[in-house]
Amino acid sequence: MALLQISEPGLSTAPHQHRLAVGIDLGTTNSLVASVRNGVAVVLNDAAGHGLLPSVVRYQRDGDVEVGHGALARAAEDPHNTIVSVKRFMGRGIKDIPDAATMPYQFVDAPGMVRLRTIAGEKSPVEVSAEILKQLKARAEAALGGELVGAVITVPAYFDDAQRQATKDAARLAGLNVLRLLNEPTAAAIAYGLDNAAEGIYAVYDLGGGTFDISILKLTRGVFEVLATNGDSALGGDDFDRRVYCWLLEQSLLHTVGDHDKAMLMAKAREAKEHLTDHPEARVTAVLATGQLIDLVLTEAKFNELTASLVNKTLAPCRKALRDAGLDAAEVKGVVMVGGSTRVPRIQAAVGEFFGQTPLTNLDPDKVVALGAATQANVLAGNKAGDDWLLLDVVPLSLGLETMGGLTEKIIPRNATIPTARAQEFTTFKDGQTAMSIHVVQGERELVSDCRSLARFELRGIPPMVAGAARVRVTFQVDADGLLSVSARETGTGIEASIAVKPSYGLGDDEVARMLRDSYAHAQDDMTARNLAEARVDGQRLVEATEAALAENGDSLLDADERAALDKLVAALKTALTDGDLTVIKRASDALNQGTVEFAARRMNLSVKKALAGHRLDELEI
Amino acid sequence: MDFNQNHFELFGLPATFAIDADRLDQAYRDIQAKIHPDRFAHAGDAEKRLSMQWTTRINEAYQTLRKPFERARYLLLLRGIDAMAAGNTHMPADFLMRQMTWREALADANGDTPALTTLERELRDHARELQQELADRIDQRQDWPAAAETLRKLRFMEKLLEEIDDALAAIE
Repeated sequence: MALLQISEPGLSTAPHQHRLAVGIDLGTTNSLVASVRNGVAVVLNDAAGHGLLPSVVRYQRDGDVEVGHGALARAAEDPHNTIVSVKRFMGRGIKDIPDAATMPYQFVDAPGMVRLRTIAGEKSPVEVSAEILKQLKARAEAALGGELVGAVITVPAYFDDAQRQATKDAARLAGLNVLRLLNEPTAAAIAYGLDNAAEGIYAVYDLGGGTFDISILKLTRGVFEVLATNGDSALGGDDFDRRVYCWLLEQSLLHTVGDHDKAMLMAKAREAKEHLTDHPEARVTAVLATGQLIDLVLTEAKFNELTASLVNKTLAPCRKALRDAGLDAAEVKGVVMVGGSTRVPRIQAAVGEFFGQTPLTNLDPDKVVALGAATQANVLAGNKAGDDWLLLDVVPLSLGLETMGGLTEKIIPRNATIPTARAQEFTTFKDGQTAMSIHVVQGERELVSDCRSLARFELRGIPPMVAGAARVRVTFQVDADGLLSVSARETGTGIEASIAVKPSYGLGDDEVARMLRDSYAHAQDDMTARNLAEARVDGQRLVEATEAALAENGDSLLDADERAALDKLVAALKTALTDGDLTVIKRASDALNQGTVEFAARRMNLSVKKALAGHRLDELEI
Repeated sequence: MDFNQNHFELFGLPATFAIDADRLDQAYRDIQAKIHPDRFAHAGDAEKRLSMQWTTRINEAYQTLRKPFERARYLLLLRGIDAMAAGNTHMPADFLMRQMTWREALADANGDTPALTTLERELRDHARELQQELADRIDQRQDWPAAAETLRKLRFMEKLLEEIDDALAAIE
């Protein structure tokens, strides 16, 4: 039975329902969904009472897809069709997965992003992730008793553009409206900072199953400002397991084992690691397919020795992030530990030593990211004014272009606060050159070949001129999700070429549309119904937003005629929402969106003026 | 408020090199609190777009004013002087000599963290002196050509500091 909803006291002035929004931590090992209920962020459990959903997807012959605990239990038995840690493959090509040989999957090299061959056909990591998200969406809708307005999905701060875009595509494929992609350490900082009313410089050390992030934040009166972030998007608890796994093979005098044994021993390795969290040693017993018995004892000292280089690998990014922030370790007031892997005692000791203080572990490292994301989702959905805090996040890796000689020209530096835009002019290399190839890359290295290639596109139709005479202005824009779009313009003639940077590695809109169609293969009606439902939700949201804006500033910022025109557009959209088809609703929404441009601009100006008013008073006092 | 306002006007600050950093920070945060895309995630497309444009603009202005080099360069640009234009390369000989000495020191310190750190400190001190010179030439004497020369010197220093930074990062 759906429970009746009661909103928080004194928060929503507009008479609207509590909008159901969730935060989703799409993790390498486990995923979670959380939501704000009665003013408190809570993790939503499944029917069996589990909060964590193992990020494991198993494809079956009959087309059924199993996600979570059931799939995890079958991983050893059905290793090729049971995808574990799919997050490691998001936005990655086959050459980006150095340890592919130790994994039991059949990888298929595909342009941009690797695919996995399963009994149900080739699957893109985006599709696999979408299965996890669908499961969480269903869980949330069951727990909250209604359809979700949107979700905040967390990503590692050090995820590059390809990985972010892949995550957003997966959410779209799962039918989620993405309110924001939020960096995991930042989400953790919200949960931690708001709980503790923290002020000052904080470091968030986030070691998950497959990714490592370090973010340095400045907390001042509710502003969470990320000063620098660093990390390694291919380093996590999985690597610790793999070290143990290799040790097990070595001790058993084995070079390789079959895929079933591989999956089974990886699971044993992980159990041993977890056991060592509060025991001095762990015993590993297993019987291989060959009948060989493995019975070994792994001591904490041996485990620390095996994984020492991994622990050290996390400290270099910490040093770099501090340098970028222009700070010493001594200036850090607190270190928040996030991610299940930070339970490893040696990691806590090493981090404590590095920052010269005991790390903070008072929040559950598995849940803190989802809880922070839920808190932010509640604000973004419009349930809470959100005047209490503000997040200022950054681009993790520099964005640039390839110039002559295969060199990188950085356009947007790492750690630039988002959203941000930067334009730079380039010119032709040869006389009479009429086209320019633009290669967008991400990374800190000087050579393009050492950076990640994000996209290539061409600007054609440049009028023939002598070398160096043409002026091509390339503009990079990074939005609040940290996603890049690039446009180029020859300034003499105004010829424009523009792309949202994704087709070369991610999924084009066509491809997402195709996947959506496939998933509704037997029901074209479902697809239409879904489009209509989405248009209705969007339209309804627009009506609510516009009415709230009109109630606030309609009288002061609009004259009678302007007001009447907007009222008419709102009324038209409302009518369309009650009895219109898809086209009618879209047309009415577009008309209202167009109609509110000037009003929106005036409202924005008023906001800025109000923000500065306080300072003008300060000046007078001086 | 409009997009034609210069960066100083945007934050309600006087257009000078010497700047009240706390006031800049506070104005930046107060404006962000009102216009950031997170405030408009549930709004209509028009407001969402404007919010992103405004925040982008505010971020650019803040980043420019916050950094002494960028701030001085911007002040000169407001006066119609592009100190970094391709033709503006004149440097006094003694400064070039010092540059060479520092570059040699940087090459010698390759991979040596304490030596790099010492050099970094020395360069930062000199950069600070140049910033004081900029304050004098821009705010007091309003001698733009002289300020442009100081700015070019500061540019050299910033480049060297970046290289030290890269060298230190490479040791990791």
